[in-house]
Amino acid sequence: MDDESNLIARDIEAYLERHQHKTLLRFITCGSVDDGKSTLIGRLLYESHLVFEDHLAQLKSDSAKVGTQGTDMDFALLLDGLTAEREQGITIDVAYRFFSTERRKFIVADTPGHEQYTRNMVTGASTAEAAILMVDARKGVLTQTRRHSYLVSLLGIRHVLVAINKMDLVGYSQEIFSAIEQEYRDFAVRIGLQNVTFLPVSALKGDNITALSPLLAWYQGPTLMEYLETVPVGDDTAQSAFRMSVQWVNRPNLDFRGFAGRVVGGSIHPGDAIRVLPAGTTSTVKRIVTMDGDLEVAVAGQSITLTFTDEIDASRGDLICAADSPAEVADQFEAHIVWMHEDEMLPGRPYWLKIGTRTVGASIAPPKYRVDVNSLDHLAANTLQMNEIGVCNLSLDRPIPFDPYEANRDTGGFILIDKLTQNTVGAGLLHFALRRAHNIHWQDVAVNREARSSMSGHKPGVLWFTGLSGSGKSTIANIVESKLHALGVRTYLLDGDNVRHGLNRDLGFTDADRVENIRRVAEVAALMVDAGLVVLVAFISPFRAERELARSRVEDGEFFEIFVDTPLAVAEARDVKGLYAKARAGQLKNFTGIDSPYEAPESPEIRVDTASISSEAAADAIIDLLRARGTIR
Amino acid sequence: MTNPTSKTPKLTHLQRLEAEAIHILREATAESERPAMLYSVGKDSSVLVHLAQKAFYPAKPPFPLVHVDTTWKFSEMYAFRAATAARVGMELIVHQNPECVRRGINPFDHGSAMHTDLWKTEGLRQVIDAHRFDVCFGGARRDEDKARAKERIISVRSPKHQWDPKRQRPELWQLYNVRRSPGETMRAFPISNWTELDIWQYIHLEQIPIVPLYLAAVRPVVNREGTWIMVDDDRFRLREGEVPVQKKVRFRTLGCYPLSGAVESEADTLTGIIQEMLLATTSERQGRLIDFDSAGSMEKKKQEGYF
Repeated sequence: MDDESNLIARDIEAYLERHQHKTLLRFITCGSVDDGKSTLIGRLLYESHLVFEDHLAQLKSDSAKVGTQGTDMDFALLLDGLTAEREQGITIDVAYRFFSTERRKFIVADTPGHEQYTRNMVTGASTAEAAILMVDARKGVLTQTRRHSYLVSLLGIRHVLVAINKMDLVGYSQEIFSAIEQEYRDFAVRIGLQNVTFLPVSALKGDNITALSPLLAWYQGPTLMEYLETVPVGDDTAQSAFRMSVQWVNRPNLDFRGFAGRVVGGSIHPGDAIRVLPAGTTSTVKRIVTMDGDLEVAVAGQSITLTFTDEIDASRGDLICAADSPAEVADQFEAHIVWMHEDEMLPGRPYWLKIGTRTVGASIAPPKYRVDVNSLDHLAANTLQMNEIGVCNLSLDRPIPFDPYEANRDTGGFILIDKLTQNTVGAGLLHFALRRAHNIHWQDVAVNREARSSMSGHKPGVLWFTGLSGSGKSTIANIVESKLHALGVRTYLLDGDNVRHGLNRDLGFTDADRVENIRRVAEVAALMVDAGLVVLVAFISPFRAERELARSRVEDGEFFEIFVDTPLAVAEARDVKGLYAKARAGQLKNFTGIDSPYEAPESPEIRVDTASISSEAAADAIIDLLRARGTIR
Repeated sequence: MTNPTSKTPKLTHLQRLEAEAIHILREATAESERPAMLYSVGKDSSVLVHLAQKAFYPAKPPFPLVHVDTTWKFSEMYAFRAATAARVGMELIVHQNPECVRRGINPFDHGSAMHTDLWKTEGLRQVIDAHRFDVCFGGARRDEDKARAKERIISVRSPKHQWDPKRQRPELWQLYNVRRSPGETMRAFPISNWTELDIWQYIHLEQIPIVPLYLAAVRPVVNREGTWIMVDDDRFRLREGEVPVQKKVRFRTLGCYPLSGAVESEADTLTGIIQEMLLATTSERQGRLIDFDSAGSMEKKKQEGYF
């Protein structure tokens, strides 16, 4: 820092010019609790003369009060910011620190060691280009070390420094260092970590932090600071294909239509051909607009606004790609998921999934397996608890453009958001889309509607019989079900009277109860349709609105409203159950047709005029309709 | 920042920080219904406004500037505020807590803690509720103090505007979850990852206008508990026998003038400030008296809804 101080004092302009061209390294520190991460970073700041006098004074007073190092300065206190953690002596959240040296500017995420805060480590790792993994020389490689190493590997951090700390407490022993190095190397190979460097340090005493320690003379490699200043700031994304998610469509006036976003892969020039996904529209870049003037080129990391030569339709969430190297588009995936919330993952529940600038509905199949981070074994699991990592299939309600995470973090990484609380509950890494071959496997874990349907050999549907009491709904429905059964169609008959004995036994016959009665039956029918059945519903269902609700619960073409049209006089004359007589006698309130209205269907799929057609013939007509519509063969 | 036009330009750290801030500004704006930018008139606010202009260029930023005023800012700040709003063409909403106006809350009679709590913390809640802002941009930086070092870029506030450090949402990659439950609001901090030096260097490179109080000039000051306080208007209560002296001073942070400490300085240019700052041995917020009321005071203020 001394040379730098001289330059600042002598020629500030020259200094600023130099500082302006420094590169930026984001790194993360992780490892087990008490391995000394915070102490290491505190020491790094201190040794680099980057701690201000007032901070130092505060540190000295805090160290005496709550420090864990007796009369020595407790460097961890420089980082452990929240009152709660100062009192407990542990780090409970990610702390970001900023410092710069002559060569580089650094953003360091100091992350928690405790298991219940692993999600915060993942947060820190997601933007890091390098990782410092702390290992206590007395304890060696621990469960947390393995877990964090695995996460570092999973999240694609390319450079790892294993800092074997507290060497002062093991007599600066090379044997101990080497044994830990060997054990870790074996583990690193298994999880696919490359570019691993090992460094013996004492964060507390300052050995090998900014200068090689004479007490560790057997070590010849770089100091911690040298490592950080020279580790390549890999711009892998700059070499990849052009990608930019549309954040904002900028339309200040009718003459300008720009697409604003941040380049997350490759580069772009005016004249380059692009493709907008998922639509697939192509165009050519006209201008790269910024407030500082148009650019001739923009690269990964820059926030820009593009205009195109054509009036193409693109909106927030779309991904602009190099036309000759577009991302894939799919709606079903295999992904790694890191669960981050106290409430466990619920397979089948709809979550929001945000990737790039696009948010879609997603449901997660039960995990194919969970990863035991110690053994790397694949364990069976029905769900994921907080801090657990598993591989799951995902099904989205719309297709999204994506790249495998390994190819691009920003087009392959996603977060999961709880639809009720809006909390971020999980993070995921897309690996590949499920195609035909994979879909066979998909059925094992999350059989969907199409899969059930294809197994039964017919489409699902609802035959909704409506009409006055005694009109003949149940009679006709029974005949239709017998015929369908004979044809090998999976059916279920929901009869008004039967359902009222069970599911809806709590409901009476007021309008409100009638609405609820039908609402429940509509939901049950929709579930059964989802299960692949042809459902026959024989309910008076007097109100149009509820029948429309039932129709809306299933797909277009799956709902058949069958109006069993029997004049009131005819139904009352039949009075099979003796109900009309009771109603007329005032013993039965709210009886449809007598003192409660019946709203006849306006455009049913079939109207059965029971005065002119037999029940048998009506059933045949219904079967014919199902054939004609392709529900059955 | 003008970019080099070589084949694959390497981005400097400032270009990266700028691009990140623009990304955050656009993302939070796109996912909110009534965004606003909290404007404190200070240098960080100046940078934030500049970044907002860049983010939405050639359009104007689609949100108003909101100043939670205390009536106790430096007069130069009020002049600068008006000039800025006119220059950038953004709507300026000034809110003064009517209760404070009525009771004449001031730092002399009520102390810095109560003054700040009622004018700023309470005032901010009022203006957010009154305009139903759902996302408010702020110029807080993680390097300012240890509590801020841990706050997310997108920070959820309960319907009562409280921050719960244990219930922060994980923030991964460049994915910001701006979704809110009913009643919840968001604070968004686009320059979270900037340091004080980054701010100054950016102001220098981009020639962003700042309040002249940051530059050293001869000003009338009195010494209070080892800090130079400027006598900015006749509301200042001089103590028995206290006489303002003319000193060449500048301010490292700006707030209410009776609570903002000045440092003696010869730095009357931007590069001069940067030079002094880099050679300084005390951290930036030391001149701001309100943080020193009690240990963990910033964290407490944040939990109560202060920025």
